[in-house]
Amino acid sequence: MTAAVRAKGASRTKVDWFLLFMRVALLSLIAIGLLAFFAQQLDPNNAFARWRHGGDAAHTLTGDQYKGLVVTGLSQGAMYGLIALGYSMVYGVLGFINFAHGEVFMVGGFTGFIMANKLDEAGYWEGGAFIPAVLFTILVCTLVSMATAVIMERVAYRPLRGSPRLIPLITSIGVSFFIQNAVILLFGPGAKGYPSNPDWLQQKRSLLGLVEIEGIKIVVIVVAALSMYALWYFVERTRTGKAMRAVSEDKEIASLMGINVNRTIVTTFAVGGAMAGIAGILWGLLFRSVIATTGFLPGIKAFTAAVVGGIGNLGGAMAGGVALGGAESLAPLMLLEPLGVEGASQLRDAVAFTLLILVLLIKPTGLFGERLSSEDRA
Amino acid sequence: MTTTAELVTKGAFDLDWRKVARLGGLTALGLVFIALAGMPVGLDSRILIEKYLSLGYVSLLWLSLIMGWLMGKETLLEGMTATRKSSRDAVGGACVGALGGLGLAILGLLINTFDLRDPLVNWSPQTLDILTFGGGVGVVVVWIPICAALGAVGGALHLAPPKVAKATIAAILTVLMTAIFATFIVDVVSPLDFLYSKNRELKLGWALVLAAVAVGFVFSGGGQQLARVKADYHNTTGPAKTRQTAALIVVSAAVLIIIPQVAGKITQELMANIGIFLLLALGLNIVVGMAGILDLGYVAFFAVGGYTTAVLTSPNRGEDWPGWFPTLPWWGALMVTVVVASLVGLFIGAPVIRMRGDYLAIVTLGFGEIIRILFLSDWLNGYFNGAQGITNVPPADFGVFEVKGTDPRSVFYLVLVFAALSIYVSWRLEHSRLGRAWMAVREDESVAEAMGINTVNVKLAAFVVGAILASFSGAIFAAKVGSIFPTSFLILVSIIILVIVIVGGMGSILGVIAGSVVLVGILGGPKQPGLLQEFSQYKLLIYGALLVWMMLQRPEGLVPNVRRTRELHQDEFLQDAWLKGQVDTGEEEPAVEGGEVR
Amino acid sequence: MNRLLDIQRLSVSFGGLHALRDLNFHVDEGEIVGVIGPNGAGKTTFFNMISGMVRPTAGEILFEGESLIGLDPNQVTQRGIARTFQNVRLFANMTILENVMVSQHCRTKQNAFGALLNTKGFKEEEAEIRRNAEEVLGFFGTRLVGYRLEQPASVLSYANRRRLEIARAMATRPKLILLDEPVAGMNPKESAELTGLISKLRDDWGFTVVMIEHDMNVVRDVSDRVVCLDYGETLAQGSFDEVSNNPAVIEAYLGRPLEKKA
Repeated sequence: MTAAVRAKGASRTKVDWFLLFMRVALLSLIAIGLLAFFAQQLDPNNAFARWRHGGDAAHTLTGDQYKGLVVTGLSQGAMYGLIALGYSMVYGVLGFINFAHGEVFMVGGFTGFIMANKLDEAGYWEGGAFIPAVLFTILVCTLVSMATAVIMERVAYRPLRGSPRLIPLITSIGVSFFIQNAVILLFGPGAKGYPSNPDWLQQKRSLLGLVEIEGIKIVVIVVAALSMYALWYFVERTRTGKAMRAVSEDKEIASLMGINVNRTIVTTFAVGGAMAGIAGILWGLLFRSVIATTGFLPGIKAFTAAVVGGIGNLGGAMAGGVALGGAESLAPLMLLEPLGVEGASQLRDAVAFTLLILVLLIKPTGLFGERLSSEDRA
Repeated sequence: MTTTAELVTKGAFDLDWRKVARLGGLTALGLVFIALAGMPVGLDSRILIEKYLSLGYVSLLWLSLIMGWLMGKETLLEGMTATRKSSRDAVGGACVGALGGLGLAILGLLINTFDLRDPLVNWSPQTLDILTFGGGVGVVVVWIPICAALGAVGGALHLAPPKVAKATIAAILTVLMTAIFATFIVDVVSPLDFLYSKNRELKLGWALVLAAVAVGFVFSGGGQQLARVKADYHNTTGPAKTRQTAALIVVSAAVLIIIPQVAGKITQELMANIGIFLLLALGLNIVVGMAGILDLGYVAFFAVGGYTTAVLTSPNRGEDWPGWFPTLPWWGALMVTVVVASLVGLFIGAPVIRMRGDYLAIVTLGFGEIIRILFLSDWLNGYFNGAQGITNVPPADFGVFEVKGTDPRSVFYLVLVFAALSIYVSWRLEHSRLGRAWMAVREDESVAEAMGINTVNVKLAAFVVGAILASFSGAIFAAKVGSIFPTSFLILVSIIILVIVIVGGMGSILGVIAGSVVLVGILGGPKQPGLLQEFSQYKLLIYGALLVWMMLQRPEGLVPNVRRTRELHQDEFLQDAWLKGQVDTGEEEPAVEGGEVR
Repeated sequence: MNRLLDIQRLSVSFGGLHALRDLNFHVDEGEIVGVIGPNGAGKTTFFNMISGMVRPTAGEILFEGESLIGLDPNQVTQRGIARTFQNVRLFANMTILENVMVSQHCRTKQNAFGALLNTKGFKEEEAEIRRNAEEVLGFFGTRLVGYRLEQPASVLSYANRRRLEIARAMATRPKLILLDEPVAGMNPKESAELTGLISKLRDDWGFTVVMIEHDMNVVRDVSDRVVCLDYGETLAQGSFDEVSNNPAVIEAYLGRPLEKKA
């Protein structure tokens, strides 16, 4: 890669000027959007708002709406973060984007749907034993997703070790396509509904008197944080975790040091898969519905989160997830709506992708990214 | 070349049982998956051979045959021991097949006993019905001998004399092809009607005749003659080769012009669709195959082409366009479209061009989605009509002849012109200064940069050329369909084009043509039906599986580009050079002598 | 003699590690300069910096009186500096001919339209490119021509890959050619031959040569001037004999007495 960030005094080509223009344009758009938002909060009927809304006043956001958006963003972001961990770890160890990781997440969600419905039929879900039932479901989802990721590695990626770096990426696109359509064929194309959660989870609860949150969102955030902590402990404190870090530095040297590289790679996939599985069931509990294409967009967004946080950096992945979730939930109403964009919430996905482009333009290593261990990791 | 592997004779039952278990297990899993994915039920209505064989059953039969063959397959390696081909291979194949059949039988029994229809949609009486041939549950056991027999045949292909093996394969393929392509065959050559019953089911008698013809062809040495002609063509050089190539091009052009005249609507429509995807694939081939940039948002340019043309030609283009905005005829709109597409190519290309290959892939995918979301959004509803799309795109009027969707033949001719143009462009560029620079960038970007190539400009050029070719396709698509909706431009389209390029052979123009014809022709495009209309549900699954399989087994594609092959099989290539006596020892050697070796 | 390359107080550091510190260096037109120094002395970094692949943190590089700082590698090549790589980096799957043809990119200018319309200019330029390529390859005798032209670079022996790299650099028609360990991995016979060719690069082709080399025989035989680097600083420069007898150089190479020469 030619240096993306150039030294001072570097000669600028037309492309550089264009990129500079894009950076400035995107950043000033954000700045103007924010200013317009603050202006509209202070005076909904200011001149700018009237101009952008065709003469009408803007709608202000109430504090509760605002808090609601933050919490939604946070819980969504926590799930992106969990999925992003898998991308980040696989990228760290094998140096390629496992495009099919989103499907691992979807498989988790589907397993959750099957388990939840079966348990509901047996009367364990909404009835008495909700908590053990959910814990059991989470366990099963984790295992199934883990198995999916491991089989994927064994069948599709292991034979490609050492081939040009785009080859496994293309393969993973195929894997993603295959899994998605296999699920459609096996379980049908429609959306699958989860049984309803018990009331105490759906109710809004006040948190320290500051925000009212639905219980389920608290659960999502707490479970994500716990999983994240467990993962951190695993990677930083255990022998296997050390082996993983060694392999991501240099596979060859690691194997010379007596580390079983293949097993370590499988472990990486398994752990990443487990995180995605947890994210899958959380997604199901939160939105109460999964569909075979559920994995696609969250998958790409989780990758975005991993890049935003700095790929290969686990804390960064989580932070990137939260940042992305927040941006996605806040930006339409805090940036685009004040600028007079109609139907701004339709542009959520576009916001996520724009964030990816923006981060790569301004700080290609991500928010917390360090230099990768070698410039061109092949 | 003959390898001198040492042959060992082994008894018929002296099998590698682990391999048997592995392949057998795979067969069983595969068959159960196929059954539960609903292929037997979904495809049962398509009868291939009247009264005897439906596509649904074929979907269950082929796997055992291939797995049985795989069981006996052994790579002969120089100096290694290998097993002499014997009835052992047939036995092995039979065991593998039997395990597969056992899987199906167990599935049948399970379906009969438990009800898992809740999550699994095909856990149904219909599936059971197919598995039992409409008989009682016990009949499922029949699958064990059926699959075993097929596996045995597959294994036996190894020990049969090569001619017999070839004849068997030829016979099976001929019958299957004739049956599967029934609609197409009758559509092109209507007198062949007599082969089929009125529902386009191949008659058993004719099936046997066709098989016999295929066998006769192989035994009369027809295959060898074909191979000889091909080899002759490959070995000729100089002006003679140019002449032959020219003749070949003229003949294929003539065939392409004549077919739509004699064939019916179905074929014309099919050929038009193939052409539209061929244009896209040729463009992506320049970006991915030649310059090595993995662009997953390629559909964006298709969309831009389609929307620009629609906006410039349709009266229903959205209310917010200013009054002075012109309405142009199709060809006028095409000029603007090309300019707009190149600009969008630059706009998308510039920010991503310095990124690493894999980041670039995801970011382009993001751009592809952003563009679709924008076309769909309320925000730009006044310009692009959101989900309603732009309707009433008028036909392309060339005075003497009009290109419109209701007349697929006209669309095909238009596509043909543009495809010829694109092929010419790809071919000329590949062997030019720019093409060489693309190659160098694909091989090693930083060295290319150090050798004086402005990699940014060169890659941007690839993006723009790709964008222009895609916009041609979009413009024709707009005129053909007569309306443009955001849903025609899903990421799916990008992926399918990528599969076409990869299956055909990255960087190989012939490969891309072959890829479009085979994939779009048989399976169909993202929404366009192919010859196997019944496959539409399974199409995407097959695309995904094909992509993985190609990457694992034959990454260079069906019709590989020479250079790609080298890249992916460098070791084998070196071995070849060694065997040809062209080992480079670094010693000076007279060039003439080497010339003779080649 | 004209001063072709003039480097003043050049420094670069990678996160606190000074790869080069206040390096002064110059090359006159028509010179062959040998750069020596123990492993890790910053020699390759030095080349990377001249060719624009690494940007210096401070200092100035003047080539024919103009600054090269901030130029992209391709612009540096365009100005007339070509290089080879220590760990041979050919376009392995392109043919030998193509390897040399593609490196004439910055000296040719036909664009896509010429190729599409197959203009006279295009045909002439292609013929010219090919002629140049064959001429450059002919520099190494018959090794790289004939049937080899159409073979991929990956089939070449190690020594021939080094030769092809030099040919590829020559094809960019440089004024200054930077050779990074040109004889590494060659046997004595081959390296003696290449030594002769390096002199010819200057005498017959008019290139100025800067060469990093560990093989002291080669350095002695061809260099007009030798520069020794260590820890990113110039330790000594002058004729081979002066440098090789310089106590600082001997210490850098030998470390403490009684150790074998690196």
